[in-house]
Amino acid sequence: MSPPSSSGGGPTVTPNRVLIALCLVVPFVAMLWVGSYDSVEPTLIGVPFFYWYQMLWVPLSTALTAVAYVLLRREKAARKRQEEGEVQ
Amino acid sequence: MNDGVNGVALAVFTFFFLLVTVMGFMAARWRRAAEADNLDEWGLGGRSFGTWVTWFLLGGDLYTAYTFVAVPAAIYAGGAAGFFAVPYTILVYPLIFTFLPRLWSVSHRRGYVTTSDFVKGRFGSRGLSLAVALTGLLATMPYIALQLVGIQAVLSVMGIGGGESTHWFIKDLPLLIAFGVLAAYTYSSGLRAPALIAFVKDALIYLVIAVAIVYIPIELGGFDEIFSSAEERLSETGGSLVAGPEGQWAYATLALGSALALFMYPHSITATLSSRSREVIRRNTTILPMYSLMLGLLALLGFMGIAAGIEVDNGQLVVPQLFENMFPDWFAGVAFAAIGIGALVPAAIMSIAAANLFTRNIYRDFFRPDATPAQETKVSKITSLLVKVGALAFVLTLDKTTAINFQLLGGIWIVQTMPALVGGLFTRWFHRWALLGGWAVGMVYGTVAAYNVSSPTQEHFAGSNDTIPLIGEIGYIGLTAFVLNALVTVGLTLVLRALKAPDGKDETEPGDYTADAGDPQVREELPAPAGDR
Repeated sequence: MSPPSSSGGGPTVTPNRVLIALCLVVPFVAMLWVGSYDSVEPTLIGVPFFYWYQMLWVPLSTALTAVAYVLLRREKAARKRQEEGEVQ
Repeated sequence: MNDGVNGVALAVFTFFFLLVTVMGFMAARWRRAAEADNLDEWGLGGRSFGTWVTWFLLGGDLYTAYTFVAVPAAIYAGGAAGFFAVPYTILVYPLIFTFLPRLWSVSHRRGYVTTSDFVKGRFGSRGLSLAVALTGLLATMPYIALQLVGIQAVLSVMGIGGGESTHWFIKDLPLLIAFGVLAAYTYSSGLRAPALIAFVKDALIYLVIAVAIVYIPIELGGFDEIFSSAEERLSETGGSLVAGPEGQWAYATLALGSALALFMYPHSITATLSSRSREVIRRNTTILPMYSLMLGLLALLGFMGIAAGIEVDNGQLVVPQLFENMFPDWFAGVAFAAIGIGALVPAAIMSIAAANLFTRNIYRDFFRPDATPAQETKVSKITSLLVKVGALAFVLTLDKTTAINFQLLGGIWIVQTMPALVGGLFTRWFHRWALLGGWAVGMVYGTVAAYNVSSPTQEHFAGSNDTIPLIGEIGYIGLTAFVLNALVTVGLTLVLRALKAPDGKDETEPGDYTADAGDPQVREELPAPAGDR
């Protein structure tokens, strides 16, 4: 899903980008695999597992998206530095 | 239920309503640019919104009053199946993170206001652009109508606008007033009005949810008590506390399909394009899930409604009735105001989004190619009024279930624009005619399949799930139609490429898709706003 590198040089698939893609894909696996959380037990303060587990994924997916955001920004900054370095 | 008017609640409700009305009209002067007669100004708030304003705007937009009323209603009626709204709103953010920054960039470079603008520029096809515009309009109209249903639910629980014996004009007068006021300030202030009002809406909603989720369980004897009495009641009606083996496919496909639909809706795109930079969009995907947490808590109110022994024929009255029964009058008024204002914000944004689509992709493309920006703005403003009058007529004249059926169809339809839009953001490989063919197949399949869903109480449009061909499980029709659409698009593209069918002209460049604010050529019409980042 990562866009082709516009700077021309450098590999398109980097470990960093794989990590970003992973951060964005994990919530899909977790949420669409309904069988993994389709039960009443264990309950939390009386709330069945089904409900509190999915609610728990709200902050989890948020954290993953935030990591993807930071990684992407770092990569962009690094690429910019590299390009500036090449110019000099 | 409608035993007289709840005076205190009504007074509090009216106070908040007047407050947002004043704010709506004042919004016209908020961060105004020099050239106001421009569709960018009226229809996208000058594309100047920072992280926080965008957060309120998108939140006000995606989590509508209808959601607040309908999600607990679904839980009240069927248990676990209604909770799919939570995974669905979790999944929408990784999607926005991946796709919409590219749309933002190319729209800024090329001055696009709608998704159809982009599709036309990318594929050089007026037909495809028209298909996307019409789909957006068709899907948005019933959504606006449903916001009215949300307001109606609140009004009838407060004891006004209820009563079968009352004259129809008296009965509908409060709704007419609310909508007249909404139409007036949307007309004069454009997207700035809902952006400003969204602050009030969210403050109220968060307050009400925070109180409800602590106060009501204490009153009802804790969550243990709530869920055990809910389980008892649901086992009688065929509902359940978990999705169950037969319900898992439906649950997952509904979550995924609805997530794909949500960010394709014109009003989501409008709110996204009004942000100041790519960064604002990405940063927002990390803070918007706050709303999903709130939605999850709200959904639990459906169970509380069961436990509190609320008996309503119309499930949509569960939450308002629960508030009325559990809260002191004045706080019930605050809660009703939260739902009522929660309907005004998305209704305003949706009517603006629909108006932009009509103006740019039907009026300008097909009737007045030489329309000036001032004319475009004029037409958009008038269209936003017509769209709202249409929605009002829809709700007042037709059966409420018709609006709900159309909304259900709208979700199925809007996903069918995805191959053209998202495909176009990443590749030029798809052929324009293939995209049009895939869209048509998806639309027809989705509509027919939804029409054929029946239940003991309803002959047609009884739900959005049907057997998935080949797999044999029950799943969301919108997603099945989308897969079919994508397959047809790929197949036709291969054929058309082999036949060397003429390709449309692509006016965009690769660099357009990654441009950010501050880059050359990214339109600098933005007056540096103070006090917001």
